Amino acid sequence: MEFSGRHKSARFDDALFKGVTFFFALLVVLLMVFIFIILLKESMPAIRQFGLGFLYTNEWDPVQQRFGALSAVYGTVVSSIIAIVIAVPVSLGIAVFLTEMAPKRLRVPVGTAIELLASIPSIIYGMWGLFVFAPFLAEHVEPLLIRYLGFLPLFRGTPLGIGMLPAGFILAIMIIPFISSVTRDIFLMVPPMLKESGYGMGATKWEVIKNIVIPFARSGILGAVILGLGRALGETMAVTFVIGNSHSISASLIDPATTISATLANEFTEAVEDIYLSGLVELGLLLFFITFVALALAKLMISRFSYKGERIG
Amino acid sequence: MNNNHEKNKIIISGLSFFYGAKQALRNINLDIKENEVTALIGPSGCGKTTFLRCLNRMHDLYPESRYEGEIVLDGKNILEKDIDLIKLRSKVGMVFQKPTPFPMSVFDNIAFGLKLNGIKNRAELSARVEKALRDSALWDEIKDRLNESALSLSGGQQQRLCIARAVAVEPEVILMDEPCSALDPMATAKIEDLMTDLKKSYTVVIVTHNMQQAARVSEYTDFFMMGETLEFDRTQKIFTAPSNKMTENYITGRFG
Repeated sequence: MEFSGRHKSARFDDALFKGVTFFFALLVVLLMVFIFIILLKESMPAIRQFGLGFLYTNEWDPVQQRFGALSAVYGTVVSSIIAIVIAVPVSLGIAVFLTEMAPKRLRVPVGTAIELLASIPSIIYGMWGLFVFAPFLAEHVEPLLIRYLGFLPLFRGTPLGIGMLPAGFILAIMIIPFISSVTRDIFLMVPPMLKESGYGMGATKWEVIKNIVIPFARSGILGAVILGLGRALGETMAVTFVIGNSHSISASLIDPATTISATLANEFTEAVEDIYLSGLVELGLLLFFITFVALALAKLMISRFSYKGERIG
Repeated sequence: MNNNHEKNKIIISGLSFFYGAKQALRNINLDIKENEVTALIGPSGCGKTTFLRCLNRMHDLYPESRYEGEIVLDGKNILEKDIDLIKLRSKVGMVFQKPTPFPMSVFDNIAFGLKLNGIKNRAELSARVEKALRDSALWDEIKDRLNESALSLSGGQQQRLCIARAVAVEPEVILMDEPCSALDPMATAKIEDLMTDLKKSYTVVIVTHNMQQAARVSEYTDFFMMGETLEFDRTQKIFTAPSNKMTENYITGRFG
């Protein structure tokens, strides 16, 4: 019968379609597994030679061929923390403004402008950081920090305009678009009725935002922050331009430092010895691991958020 | 006839309301009696909720809303420009269609409004929270759960918590926008009992889709149609001998 023929071929089409899409999806997972295996394989010589010491020694000496990841890991984590500390309050402010304060005709243009910031290539941020922002910091900001906050070990040294603090600043500017646009979307999910209940009791805008909107969106905001953190941890070009690329750990945020990705970008072409190359790959493996953990946490937070959102809904 | 008991709490005259260019309410004239429950009934989209939200000027949260006419609460026109909305809303409380517990503990939900009104003393807060919960017939059920998240309560308990929250700040008028529409019959019965209690101390205005509910809880009923009030009278009169044919058709279920 014609009918059953059409039915059969339709069923085959569906199976094919399912197979093809499944294959594409699988590709991503396989790619990740392969990257992990290759990183692991290539870093084996370094893992064998330096063992766990690689994680907690600070020495990075290509001449003696002795490598330790501590300064790069430290720089990665600290520059990202600086970025988060700066970016989170600013992003929250932007999100609150866009959802609660801004007149309607400003919301879309300002929101789009912020999203456009995210599409600027990071090398542009790097060049801007090095040629514009670093001299500005060196002349106007860092001398002040040293003069007035120099009693803290955090702000001692020479105002170079490149170092941990400038890298943190640039990273902050780069992740603000992400954190603020995700946070704005989460704020938009807060049921209007919930906000109205606050206003209905005579609360001011500030009281509603502080006591209702932000607590309601808490875990979603946390997810957005970790998403930003994930980006900050892996950012390469912009950081490489402004961090100073020094394998030393200094208490001062004004001093030059390095990150994992900056080290990789700078030194890959110089690494002619096998063990040097292997050490760099092991750094990459560490970054892979750190970023993976951060993003897994973000997913967890966001899924918890939507569950809670449904309950109130 | 006891005319003292029938004092007007809110006098609405010539009220029209616009969302942008769209007119949602037309020339409403209505008196809301003190310490009584007034029910607003009518088909969906007729303007009941829009009207209710005029009474605490909730519309002001959104741009392009415009009022005309007067709403006089205790001798003062609340549509005037210089009205302090924060004060108005602490005097005119509101309960919504769905429970809207804040994402915090049961205690903090009720203490929220009290703190806004400057009550900081822990002992006074506790006393006021307990009183509000007792007034809302919720104390015995949840007195051991004050520190739990308000989201862990059942839907009916959450809605009574929202009533307790509104009552805690001792408003004079309580607006209820279909407060039982998300609740099962048991929880609905509890809230209806509560309304009867509440009217001893408060003036209550309730929007409802449920004719029986309007008949059970209210003393006065206003029938809305297309942004106008078609008939306003004692509930008993509206439900037994409506003077308008449309009202009769609606309450007997011929449309709506």
